[in-house]
Amino acid sequence: MASLDRTARSFLLTELVAGFALTLKYMFKPKVTVNYPYEKGPLSPRFRGEHALRRYPNGEERCIACKLCEAICPAQAITIEAEPRDDGSRRTTRYDIDMTKCIYCGLCQEACPVDAIVEGPNFEFSTETREELMYNKDKLLANGDRWEAEIAANLQADAAFR
Amino acid sequence: MFADIVRFFTADPVGQAILRVVIILLECLAVTVPLLVAVAYMTYVDRKVWASIQLRRGPNVVGPFGLLQPFADGLKLVLKETIVPSSANKVLFIIAPMITFTTALVAWAVVPFSDGWVIADINVGILYLFAISSLGVYGIIIAGWASNSKYAFLGALRSAAQMVSYEVSIGFVLITVLLCVGSLNLTNVVIAQSGWFWNWFWLPLLPMFVIFFVSSLAETARTPFDLPMSEAELVQGFQTEYSSMPFALFFLGEYANMILLSAMAAVLFLGGWLSPIPYAPFTYVPGVVWFCLKIAFLLFVFSWTKGTLPRYRYDQLMRLGWKVFLPVSLGWVVITAAVLQFGGWVPKL
Repeated sequence: MASLDRTARSFLLTELVAGFALTLKYMFKPKVTVNYPYEKGPLSPRFRGEHALRRYPNGEERCIACKLCEAICPAQAITIEAEPRDDGSRRTTRYDIDMTKCIYCGLCQEACPVDAIVEGPNFEFSTETREELMYNKDKLLANGDRWEAEIAANLQADAAFR
Repeated sequence: MFADIVRFFTADPVGQAILRVVIILLECLAVTVPLLVAVAYMTYVDRKVWASIQLRRGPNVVGPFGLLQPFADGLKLVLKETIVPSSANKVLFIIAPMITFTTALVAWAVVPFSDGWVIADINVGILYLFAISSLGVYGIIIAGWASNSKYAFLGALRSAAQMVSYEVSIGFVLITVLLCVGSLNLTNVVIAQSGWFWNWFWLPLLPMFVIFFVSSLAETARTPFDLPMSEAELVQGFQTEYSSMPFALFFLGEYANMILLSAMAAVLFLGGWLSPIPYAPFTYVPGVVWFCLKIAFLLFVFSWTKGTLPRYRYDQLMRLGWKVFLPVSLGWVVITAAVLQFGGWVPKL
């Protein structure tokens, strides 16, 4: 009887019909994909995207050239050169990040005592040449100016947990 | 002057011959151009159907709803460089996609789109279709051999074995239909099914319809029978070494074959151009519309199948072809013949 049952099932294609019904049902379900780039998914305040060097509200750059980020960077992507400025304060003359080496671990922003280097929410910074990914100080400061509002909001949202 | 031209084409034998050739050429164009557009949009429909089965969106960027995607893809293929491998047999390598493409197109000569809408209304239409669909395998074998690559060669071997196996059962299916019709002319096949939609052969010959559909999946190397180009093992099978226009020809040929087999299924089992309800207002709809709707439905099932089923193993494929479909279709030929003979329903010619 069991074999008759099995034969009937295989000849009546019951399993096939069930499978086809399932896929037909799924065809009318709402799509789960996000319509990128017109829609974007939510990002955590802790999202580690493109780097930025921040400034104080008065326009003075935060970085004091302590080189803690350079020291902790596991990929050795950061290069810093520093000397005293005319007013005697210690500032960087060179702050380069090789974005092709960076592993986006976030240790640089954790090491930074003045919240100068941060990883912002921007993840759309692909380039057409490799050279464009060798960021210098100007590029990083420009990023900081561009993303300051978002970065400040993220830092504040995460402040209670730091 | 104008009257002279008219007289040349109507009265003069040379003029009449020229006129006939021109008319036939126009008829061929009238079939080929919509067919190629249908092929282009079949790729789009395929991708949309698979996407929605997988809860994705599918192409939606090029043009409204991504409707221009097929043309963007076609343009991309045309603009690419044609790479001929240095170890390939160059002549055969270029000829192979042409054979596939041509055989997929010439078969349309006998397909009746509506009552009398057929380029060649020959009395061996089914045999012609069967012969042409068998020729299609040459393009694939030649491609696999000429590529001089192990993937292409294995893909071609699989493809040949698969197509030969399933053509056997398709042959028996055709014989069953022939027994019920009593003619090899495709127009007569459709006329023999006239009546309500349950008079069409899909219901009286339901097992044969299923076998025909599954075999046409195998003939066109679609899932679950896409072993010739199973990308996990054989990269792209016989297409591995192809790029640019030759690849596009294979692609077009493959999809044209799919549409052709759907058209065959529509003619043989779904009543061709007949409307499902033989009364007005359904009979006011032109036959070609019903025919295209039936083909579209079958093509949707093709895509649906690809979105649903996993790939067969090679021995499973051969088992299904030789140990299931062949005995069943052979048995059904005998049963049909017996029923027709002893039930007194043998069609009068």
